[in-house]
Amino acid sequence: MTLFEPLTSMLQSGEAHFEPFLPGLILLLPLLGFVLNGFLALRSAAGSSRALREGGEWDPFKTEPRPATHTLPSLIGPGVMLGAFVLALINFFGAMGADLHDPVIRSYWSWIATDTLQIDAAIQLDPLSLVMMLVITGVGLLIHVFSVGYMRDDPGYPRYFAYLNLFVFFMLALVMGANYPVMFVGWEGVGLCSYLLIGFWFSDREKSDAGKKAFIVNRIGDFGFLLAMFYLFTAFGTLDFQPIMEGAPDQLTYGSGLVTTIALLFLLGAAGKSAQIPLYVWLPDAMAGPTPVSALIHAATMVTAGVYLVARSSVLFALSPVAQATVAGVGVVTALFAATIALKQYDIKKVLAYSTVSQLGYMFLGVGVGAYAAGVFHLVTHAFFKALLFLGSGAVIHSMHHALHHTHKDWDAQDMRNMGGLRRFMPITWATMWIATLAIAGVWPFAGFFSKDEIIWAAGAWAGAESNPYGGLYTVYWVLALTAALLTAFYMTRMMVMTFHGQNRTGESEAEHLHEAPRVMTVPLMILAVLSVFGGWINVPEDLSASFFGLFGALPMSEWLHHWLEPVIHSAAEIQTEHMGEISHHAPFGGGEVMWAAVSTVLALAVVLVSSRALGGRSVKVAVEDGEPTAGLGRILYNKWYVDELYDRIIVQPVLGLSRWCWRFVDSVLIDGTVNFVANFTRLTGWLSSLFQTGQVNLYAFVLALGALLVLGAAVF
Amino acid sequence: MLTEALFVSTLLFVIGSFGFVIRRNAIIMFLCIELQLNAVNLAFVAISRFVGIEGQLYVFFVMTVAAAEAAVGLAIIISIFRHYETVNVDNFNLLKW
Amino acid sequence: MTDFLLSIGYESWILHALIWGPLVAMIHVLASPEDRAKHIAFRWSLALLAVSLGLWWAFDPGSGGFTMTSSRPWISAWGVDYALGVDGISLFMILLTTFTTPIAILGSFEYIGKREKAFYALMLLLEMGVVGVFAATDVFLFYVFFELTLVPMYFIVGIWGGERRVYAAVKFFLYTALGSLLMLVAILYLYFQAGASSFSIAALLDAPLTLQEQLWLFAAFAIAFAIKVPVFPLHTWLPDAHVEAPTPGSVVLAAVLLKMGTYGFLRFLLPLFPEAAQHPTVVTVMMVLGVVGIIYAAWVAAVQPDAKKLVAYTSVAHMGFVVIGIFALTVNGIQGGLVVMISHGISTGALFLLLGMMYERRHTRLIEDFGGIGRVAPLFATAFVITALASIGLPGTSGFVGEFLALLGTFETHPTVAILASTGVIFAAYYMLPMVQRVLFNKLDKEENRSFADLSRREIWILAPLLALMIWIGTNPSPFLERMGPSVERVIERVQLSSQEARLEGIELPGPAAEPNPTPARTGGQ
Repeated sequence: MTLFEPLTSMLQSGEAHFEPFLPGLILLLPLLGFVLNGFLALRSAAGSSRALREGGEWDPFKTEPRPATHTLPSLIGPGVMLGAFVLALINFFGAMGADLHDPVIRSYWSWIATDTLQIDAAIQLDPLSLVMMLVITGVGLLIHVFSVGYMRDDPGYPRYFAYLNLFVFFMLALVMGANYPVMFVGWEGVGLCSYLLIGFWFSDREKSDAGKKAFIVNRIGDFGFLLAMFYLFTAFGTLDFQPIMEGAPDQLTYGSGLVTTIALLFLLGAAGKSAQIPLYVWLPDAMAGPTPVSALIHAATMVTAGVYLVARSSVLFALSPVAQATVAGVGVVTALFAATIALKQYDIKKVLAYSTVSQLGYMFLGVGVGAYAAGVFHLVTHAFFKALLFLGSGAVIHSMHHALHHTHKDWDAQDMRNMGGLRRFMPITWATMWIATLAIAGVWPFAGFFSKDEIIWAAGAWAGAESNPYGGLYTVYWVLALTAALLTAFYMTRMMVMTFHGQNRTGESEAEHLHEAPRVMTVPLMILAVLSVFGGWINVPEDLSASFFGLFGALPMSEWLHHWLEPVIHSAAEIQTEHMGEISHHAPFGGGEVMWAAVSTVLALAVVLVSSRALGGRSVKVAVEDGEPTAGLGRILYNKWYVDELYDRIIVQPVLGLSRWCWRFVDSVLIDGTVNFVANFTRLTGWLSSLFQTGQVNLYAFVLALGALLVLGAAVF
Repeated sequence: MLTEALFVSTLLFVIGSFGFVIRRNAIIMFLCIELQLNAVNLAFVAISRFVGIEGQLYVFFVMTVAAAEAAVGLAIIISIFRHYETVNVDNFNLLKW
Repeated sequence: MTDFLLSIGYESWILHALIWGPLVAMIHVLASPEDRAKHIAFRWSLALLAVSLGLWWAFDPGSGGFTMTSSRPWISAWGVDYALGVDGISLFMILLTTFTTPIAILGSFEYIGKREKAFYALMLLLEMGVVGVFAATDVFLFYVFFELTLVPMYFIVGIWGGERRVYAAVKFFLYTALGSLLMLVAILYLYFQAGASSFSIAALLDAPLTLQEQLWLFAAFAIAFAIKVPVFPLHTWLPDAHVEAPTPGSVVLAAVLLKMGTYGFLRFLLPLFPEAAQHPTVVTVMMVLGVVGIIYAAWVAAVQPDAKKLVAYTSVAHMGFVVIGIFALTVNGIQGGLVVMISHGISTGALFLLLGMMYERRHTRLIEDFGGIGRVAPLFATAFVITALASIGLPGTSGFVGEFLALLGTFETHPTVAILASTGVIFAAYYMLPMVQRVLFNKLDKEENRSFADLSRREIWILAPLLALMIWIGTNPSPFLERMGPSVERVIERVQLSSQEARLEGIELPGPAAEPNPTPARTGGQ
């Protein structure tokens, strides 16, 4: 206990003034990386395109040593990340022990300024953004390092790092922005990078389709974000976070239509970016991108932006119980829905994708029940273990790909039915991924246990809050959340068993080429594994810390994150307490936090053990022999509840049809028809009168004479 | 006296007009125009006796213009004839666009 | 910089130079040998651009009125003056014109293969006309320049255009001429009604008009400008003209000619007919047309097989944002509209240049004939993607600033309109990304595309300034906004002030709240 004392005391916030250290450079470094790598990418692309035009294919790796365009990014990409991470750490520790009740704002230039509007290019350092910066740069650094190994043999190597650096830049802008428009720059910017990275191998139709889908679906969410900003501006006359959050409790009526509208519009934006129902459909398709991208963007950072948005706007959500109930409802339904789909997927990345959607649902549930710290907590731990799972799956795919490539077998390197028994070949990956699996399943003492349990607990406690108008609804949420937790444990175990255990199904000659990933890839896995174990200890709930789960008080940082985030979320908490009353200390069906924590971890562990025994004994057919399920619930789950097909039928096709109708009928027939009719009518009358024009002078003279007579006649008579 | 002169003038003008409208030979049509011009000249001269000297002045103008016109017009007709080997206006509809 | 410009009397000659300079250049081009024409034209336009850049520093927004004014009698019998001036609204339009012209000329070096002398002479004549439109402060002079721009554009489309060039040119000409004739009648009516002996804008502002008269005159002006913008449903000339026009023609057409319409809205419609411009029916009609334009054009664009036609339709959608921004009558809305005008000029101009480069290489404009270009032409693809993103308003590019401000300004007074218009953000992705994908991405499966050359040095020089501007305006639009601000506020003041006067004088202002015969006390107290 004494061991942790200095650490604990250091982490308390105090009175000192916080002077940030080069905060702008944290943003600039990744941007610099983008510029340098982008330049290299264009250089190398020029070479490859020249070769293509001359009729051949270009292989940058034929020349020994490798061209500079394919070696320098290994330094630049992770290098700038290291710099940013170190700076973020310095600032983080600088902020500790300082008074952070007012955010530190650095304004660089006046961005959009008119008579009534003032938006600065400004960044804000406060507890929430500091935590996010650490996660982004820290996990980002590990993933950059991993990528050096994973993407080594890709001709687009420099382009990959350029995009990845650009992504980090926008992601940091998203969390560091001091107002909604700057956040929106990051918001759409990460969407752009996601688009570029999903479609990284753009020659493949399917992959570029997936990128396009992600962008368009995200834009639907951005539409909500945009409108929410408009409403905020008309209500506050500013879009800066600080005045809005401070003024909201006085200027907006609790539960009013305006604040509910704003919050729900933000929820639409958040649902787009964080892949919640009904806009989650892009995320599973986004697995078309390189696997480290899935780890960084589609698991650890970008998709959590929605959670960040809700936490950042906590006051607005707290003011609207309807919006909160919607957020929590969307979250928990998504968590359960995605978990069911994950049960029946065979693509290892698809399982993880649906698992991500499901875990994001938990975070939404957390912020929806007013447990903002819990939501952010799960965001952090999820970043650790899900990044680990994705990187692990990347190592597996890497190895599978090599093996299949060697023998030119055209099997799917990502299909778990083609794997099996990989534990023998890749022990480090196997071990680290099991740690992450236990973490995500919520087994004590791994990170996921603390964060997920806190969210579920908060939902239950919220249901029992003194004057919660939707208590019954939240009880349902709580039950659904518990159910989804069990499903999580099951599908993750299924994935691990199918991939690593049992007989190897890749094929005898292929198995010889299966191998553990190189050091540059396994080291990040191990670091993340460590974080997946201990990451949960930063926020052990008070009730638990005195019990067995907190080693009877020995775990050092009881509710540290909660206290740390207090300056950001305290006014939301005050509003909630004022209107909802104290939250309950009992779950809906009785029992305290310790008891339910015990129940859930025991159940999770039981599911893991039972299902691993049950699944381990079952023989699996390889993908080519085993088609898709043809009947029953399995088929529906395998086909993801046919949601894509449904959207296609009720949204995509009608819009396309309407567009065609607008063009073919309204534009071409109706409008142009009218225009051309006028023109043709004029032409017709002209043609009729031109019949008189014979070109014969005699006729003209005759008409002339006739005309003269008529005029004379008119004059005389 | 004036009545007779004007009658002759009108008669000449009508003959010229009809000739221009119904004949197809370019030279004859040209002569018809000359006939119309001279019909007008006659009217000018006749009226000037009662009104003043200006009418006679105009006659000189008209004669000058007619002479110039005759030169240009005949030249055009000759060049048309050289090109098409006919002066029948039915064959020409250059005015039609 | 400002001091230096003052010391050379920059203010007194710059506008004249920008109008007559192109004419001198045109004569020079006509007098030069055929094969030198393009270089001479380019150098002249570049020199004019360099000279015009001084406006950036010399211009002082002041109180928002016209500066650098000069006036001398032209047709004194009718009171027509050769009067020029520039304010925060026209400043950027003039700069956009002088900026676009050299780029368009440089962009036509390869494309224009016949009658080069005539072509470049017409381009310069066009520049003269457009600058004149934006610099004129005399309504008659404005009208003359407005019509003058028609002539070169008609020939550019009709002579150097594609297969259906004659149809497109005639359609363009008749459509716009019809509108401007209506405007001419309205101008004359206004002139006689004002009883003034001058056609200057200031003199016509005082014309005593009943609301009835204002509405008719408004309609006449509005139709003329709406055709130019173009506002749905008067837009069908635009896709035809764009598709048939040669690349530089499309560039100038999109970048500056369309802006004459929205410029007309701001310069004439709002100040001259303030009551009509605030009339609820009028506002509703314009707003609805703007929103329909945004959504409808986006939908139609999305299903075009011809890339150039697609971009042409996106122009209609973009200009819809300008229309709603202007008629929202808020500072943010109008400033946003102006930024959209600038941004659209740059990004759509760049898109047309890129499509022209595609056409020069492959002699087709059909999207399906491309695919996988990103692999053979990475520089081209990079420029294309950045431009497309600026066009759909990604934050950090010029498109976002304009659309954001325009929508925000609209939202302040017409929330429903703004909400509907914001769906344009989604539909922009819906039309642009599939095109980008089908041209640049996917498999490189057509043999002809394998030899698709990347950008040449000349093409890089064409695109680089455009791309730089997109980013610059996207990240730091303040210098632009602060220069246009006072003039925009002045327009709004004029509109609101005169309607207050109208209320005070008891002139009937129909509206949902107004009574048939409002008493001065009641209306004055509002």
